[in-house]
Amino acid sequence: MERYTLGILVNNHPGVLSRVVGLFSRRGYNIDSLSVGETEIPTISRITIVVTGDRQIVEQIEKQVAKLIDVINVVELSHQGSIQAELILVKLSTENGNRAAVIQLSEIFKAKIVDVSEATISLQLTGNLDKINSFLRLSRPYGICELVRTGITAMGRDSQAKGDASPDDSEY
Amino acid sequence: MKLNGSEILIECLIEQQVDTVFGFPGGAVLNIYDALYKYRSSIRHILTSHEQGASHAADGYARSTGKVGVCIATSGPGATNLVTGLATAYMDSIPIVAFTGNVTTALLGKDSFQEVDITGITMPITKHNYIVKDVRELAPTIREAFRIARSGRPGPVLIDVPKDVSAAICDYEKADTDPIIRLRPMQNALEKTIKMLRESVRPMLYVGGGVIRANAQGELAKFIELIDSPMGVSFMGTGAVACDHVRFTGMIGMHGTRVSNIAVNRCDLLLVIGARFSDRVVSKASAFAKKAKIVQIDVDPAEINKNMPTLHHVIGDIKEVLGELNTMLERSPIVHTSWMEQIALWKQEYPIKVSVENRRSKQVLRALNQLLPENAIIVTEVGQHQMWTAQFYCHNPKGRFLSSGGLGTMGYGTGAAIGAQVGNLDKRVVNVAGDGSFRMNCNELATIARYNLPIIILLMNNHTLGMVRQWQTFFYEHRYSETTLDTSVDWIKLAQAYGINGMHLGIDDDPAMVLNAAISLHAPVLVDCEIPVDNKVFPMVAPGASIDDMIEDSPEQ
Repeated sequence: MERYTLGILVNNHPGVLSRVVGLFSRRGYNIDSLSVGETEIPTISRITIVVTGDRQIVEQIEKQVAKLIDVINVVELSHQGSIQAELILVKLSTENGNRAAVIQLSEIFKAKIVDVSEATISLQLTGNLDKINSFLRLSRPYGICELVRTGITAMGRDSQAKGDASPDDSEY
Repeated sequence: MKLNGSEILIECLIEQQVDTVFGFPGGAVLNIYDALYKYRSSIRHILTSHEQGASHAADGYARSTGKVGVCIATSGPGATNLVTGLATAYMDSIPIVAFTGNVTTALLGKDSFQEVDITGITMPITKHNYIVKDVRELAPTIREAFRIARSGRPGPVLIDVPKDVSAAICDYEKADTDPIIRLRPMQNALEKTIKMLRESVRPMLYVGGGVIRANAQGELAKFIELIDSPMGVSFMGTGAVACDHVRFTGMIGMHGTRVSNIAVNRCDLLLVIGARFSDRVVSKASAFAKKAKIVQIDVDPAEINKNMPTLHHVIGDIKEVLGELNTMLERSPIVHTSWMEQIALWKQEYPIKVSVENRRSKQVLRALNQLLPENAIIVTEVGQHQMWTAQFYCHNPKGRFLSSGGLGTMGYGTGAAIGAQVGNLDKRVVNVAGDGSFRMNCNELATIARYNLPIIILLMNNHTLGMVRQWQTFFYEHRYSETTLDTSVDWIKLAQAYGINGMHLGIDDDPAMVLNAAISLHAPVLVDCEIPVDNKVFPMVAPGASIDDMIEDSPEQ
């Protein structure tokens, strides 16, 4: 079982999202995360779906999705060949006198402090899945009061060669 | 020219050469029915008893004519009544365009009277669907719907039209229909297929309904000669070649022939054409065609590697693919003499065995076969009679065999027979029914009577849900839970109540005599044909078993 990221271009029609998502549920494919929004062309939206499965299942998903009339194309975005990012909002507890530690952690991860109260700090963090997950792992001991994730959004890279300019990877 | 939405709808149907629609009126489609009244000289509307009947009729019309079937229903319950018919058509890839009315756009989403989200409901059972909220979108939507329904892998499309849209006035300009674009295969994929066929010593064909949908029966007949190969079919492929063709081995799978099932498991190359490895064919996947390289030809790329992994595939319209393969093979056809001899031996050795106790259905269907012309259209419901009709009636490409294969819809037959007869007034249409299925939609007897359609309903009456009973006998220790239909219905009187002829075919009567009398009437007729309650369908593969592990009947004494 591996994690795959699919970029799906669709006509920006009402009901398109439910067509795509409905197909996943009725064929028994699990969605790990999903994000959707308009593209540079307002009549076209882009859905990024992360799924876990074996190769054969993912190929089948791609083909079934591609058959939907409102789907323009489906591409699989490999980790190396694409830029992947997610945004999270997380509210951490500072009640046990760990405000300084939380601020320090947020600095290391270049998270933005977006709200502060007597008992909590709210942070906004973007990055790829590895970065987000390690941040969450390290911040868990302080007490996560609330967490919201947008889900991965992704686009293909133009720089093909490995180790080419990819500033976002060296973000922290 | 300025027209209202309903008139535009009808004009678009005329653009698509539609001359027949099936439906049932109601509040939300009043505007559309008003336009149908106005256009009644160009479009014939067939009024069914129930919207489900209309959807099956559109399906039967499409399967038997090759055209797109059209049905119309009102909002709410009218729309939901189409659902089974659309799902049936979707599973068997039948082109249908269904129109539903809906409440006015202002009332949508407010749980208004007879409002239902039919596009939401039918999303998983249509190839595509629409709700048209602006009358200017109506004509382009209808044109696109027809194109989608009949192109590539065909399927049903639904268009939901709110009542204010069918009333709104808009400019309409006539447009030509788009030509059907047939998907051409890749040359190298064809070459590899031929190379694999040449290397094969024991090839076997597994042909499905895709060949019939693509109207490629002629190409297929030529192809099996050029590659000198035996050919089995899925249930849906029945009739793709004549049943008495020397290369034809019968159905593959649960109720397949021993020859087909052995050949699939012994062949070194399984060439799958327009079939989808249904569980009813494959049974135990790990034991299916284990010795074979599998090559699949299909118009739908999503069918490749869906249920069974394949070694090679060709994507394209089957008529195109087989046509091109034939051209490439003509210079040097392939021969598989010893394999074909083996097949001939098996065919002799393993006919479908029928014991004396089980032979009634075969006698009746053989008699029917003898009396009907080759181009007759045979429709069935779902159950034992359906399998017997596939096995014992000699189907051929000149006729048509209409049956709900994928969804297995009991109650399909009467509506489908109506559609088939309306679309083929010059042909004989027989609905071979079971008493369990027939009672589901026998309301359509009223439709048969209303249009005086000379359909023959051959009701195989065993007073039980025979196929379920058969499973209860084999796998549930004879516990006949709710399968005995012992409320006696006088089917002949029921037919007569609708003004339809009724005949009785008793267990000791000569089927040829009774059936001949029925056929000679050239009028609607129901034949109540007694079948012993414990007649079974053989051979049978138990669920989960390998297809060459078959339960067979004892041979006729």
